Amino acid sequence: MSEDARKDTPEQAEFRAWCRQWLAENSPAEPPVRLPQTPLEIMTREQLDYLQAWQKAAYEAGLVGCDYPVEVGGGGRKDCQRVANEEMQAARTPFFPNVIGLGMAAPTVFYHAQEAVKQELLPKLFSGEEIWCQGFSEPGAGSDLASVQTFAEKRGDKWIINGHKVWTSLAHFAEWMIILLRTDKSHKYDGLSYFVVPIRAALGKGVTVRPLIKITGETGFNEVIFDNLEVDDRYRLDELGKGWQVAMTTLLHERGAGELKTPQAGGMKNRSAHTISASAVMDLAKNIQREGRAASADPLLRDRLMALLIREQGFRQNQRRQRVQALLDHPMRLPLQHKLVISELAQDLASLAVDVEGMGSTLYLADDKAPAGGQWPLSYLNSYGMTIAAGTSEIQRNILGERVLGMPKSK
Amino acid sequence: MAQPNNFGFGEEAALLKESARKFFSEHFGADRLHALVAAEHDPERVPACQWDRELWQQMVDLGWTLLAVPESAGGVGMPVAAVAGLVEEVGRAAFPCPLLSTLATTYVLGACGEAGSEAMAEIAEGQAATLVLANRQGDQRPGDTEVEYRDGALYGSGWFVQELGKVDRLLVCARHSGGLGLYWVDKSARGVSCHADSIVDLTRDQGHVDFQGAAATAVADNALPALDRAMPAVWSLLAADMVGAGEWLLQTTVEYVNTRKQFDHTLGFFQAVKHPLVNVMIQIDEAKSLVYNAACACDTEVEKAAQYAHMAKASASDMAAFASSRAVQYHGGIGFTWEGYVHLYFKRQKHSQMLWGDARWHRAQLADLLLGSAA
Repeated sequence: MSEDARKDTPEQAEFRAWCRQWLAENSPAEPPVRLPQTPLEIMTREQLDYLQAWQKAAYEAGLVGCDYPVEVGGGGRKDCQRVANEEMQAARTPFFPNVIGLGMAAPTVFYHAQEAVKQELLPKLFSGEEIWCQGFSEPGAGSDLASVQTFAEKRGDKWIINGHKVWTSLAHFAEWMIILLRTDKSHKYDGLSYFVVPIRAALGKGVTVRPLIKITGETGFNEVIFDNLEVDDRYRLDELGKGWQVAMTTLLHERGAGELKTPQAGGMKNRSAHTISASAVMDLAKNIQREGRAASADPLLRDRLMALLIREQGFRQNQRRQRVQALLDHPMRLPLQHKLVISELAQDLASLAVDVEGMGSTLYLADDKAPAGGQWPLSYLNSYGMTIAAGTSEIQRNILGERVLGMPKSK
Repeated sequence: MAQPNNFGFGEEAALLKESARKFFSEHFGADRLHALVAAEHDPERVPACQWDRELWQQMVDLGWTLLAVPESAGGVGMPVAAVAGLVEEVGRAAFPCPLLSTLATTYVLGACGEAGSEAMAEIAEGQAATLVLANRQGDQRPGDTEVEYRDGALYGSGWFVQELGKVDRLLVCARHSGGLGLYWVDKSARGVSCHADSIVDLTRDQGHVDFQGAAATAVADNALPALDRAMPAVWSLLAADMVGAGEWLLQTTVEYVNTRKQFDHTLGFFQAVKHPLVNVMIQIDEAKSLVYNAACACDTEVEKAAQYAHMAKASASDMAAFASSRAVQYHGGIGFTWEGYVHLYFKRQKHSQMLWGDARWHRAQLADLLLGSAA
């Protein structure tokens, strides 16, 4: 019995067996192109086509959206997404491309949209046929998200949107965007409303998407400019002026602290599908020679490797303890740590891998001599995306200090 | 073997932890702790063993020293994870007592099989005990002992013995003609002389013991397998104590920074104070989750127990150092006084940090297990 299989409910056990069988018979073919490390750096149509085909197959087999009701395109199961995720990871599948859709848009739409809108949008979100992106940040609204200025003005049944969103991952492929808009300039928080908007249909007609280039040299995220885009009122989520509360649903799920488990595939091993884990850095250290011996024999590197392995195991055991009521204090204490801990752990692992490589870490992706294909310096650069996006680590510490430890709000 | 999802921490364990928490909050607040152990502040004071024997007797009467004793030997035989819950509460109260040393001894005896049963019976009757493992440098691998066993008696000295002033029995690792063994000794027997160490921690006592032909009962001819088997539980429990003490430091400091005002704001308003305290919380949670994982492994995944216990004690040691440092710092002037309570926990944590292997040592052991020996 695998570690994941312990204490499944009968439904979970049956479902796990199905996942395992399906994955064994339907393992996706090798990708025809080099894949990026995560869905957020998908740059070409070829990469997307391959990944979309995989997500669609997995959805049709029932491995995506398992815990959502059948009426909105889900599987109608209870606590089974976790099982599907574990089995997909174990089967070393590719990741899903519709990562913003699954992790953020789906729970938000599910909790806050009209029934008909849910039924219209969620099935194609789960299948990956329609890619989603998120329009929160703006040039003047980063950590201080509630100061967004992109404005929606009511004209009859329609809303007219004008403004500028940035850091919009996947916007260049997206059909839909979840978007936080200002509908009232006289109230900071209560002047916000939340919409879903069809952006692909409006390209060149009110929507412009321009790529931004990351410190890695990759594209993948964008700026999106709205110039009199017209949107139907039925695509407003929840009430007017409740945008901030709806955004909290999105952010809670983005940070791994939400009610609904995000469908997540991954684990595929090839030159580019690169796993950031303590065991990957340990393997690296065994294979890198430093001063005539394996880096893994260096006492200082061993100490740092073990320190990170311990943090990784601590993170995993936190996930487990989160479900044991008698060993918890404040109910949000562990969920709200999730994003902070995992993003800083990934950064420190990548940083240690770079240190393990030494001079080898100066070599980048196109150099044949680069250890591990240059993936570790790439990971290290990319890791800052995770400690900055979705509320910087500094904002996360404010939230934890305020919501869990009861300290006053900092300015 | 697979571990249960809930760490084997079931309803009984939750009740035990809850009742221990209540016991200490009713009978033993930090004010009582201070009055009991900090009456004398002279840094060159004569070592004294300050503790509340009546409360300890109540704990014995509640059966807490029997928890690790198997049912077959007249005990309760609770899982290590449940015992960890109790010890976490003892740490939160920083209660001076020989519970941890007795539990540690019990686990070692339990790993000795039939030969340990008479000694185990004495623990079941309420005798408190402790382990004698370390040499005068504080090294605590079995081969480091300075004690020898010959002709039925012990000779030499054992060092850094925990709660030596509070216990009745000693379980001693000693060299014999064929290797290393474990021996059970009555502390009041002839040929045993105990000397209290002068220590920083006010919530414990520690000492060294000289054996000059003290009569001893062999409970294991080969100490190594018993210690290998038992030490993961011992490390896990110490780490649980540190988690409890760390949580006290966090909550007490948070309460203080949410009250004390400077520059028109309570201190918690300032991110220079808020963010490190969040880091303390994160480290406590990591250590706590690792403690219950390790304790659960001692019960149900024995082959991984040492690995997980090294993780727990390494994590707890780093946490203990950091949490206690931040607690004194953010209490400002009052944190630097003898009159405040914070230093009692600061000193307990610093003692625990080093006891039975510091973080560096546990990480080195873990690296040897997972990366192969560096040598």
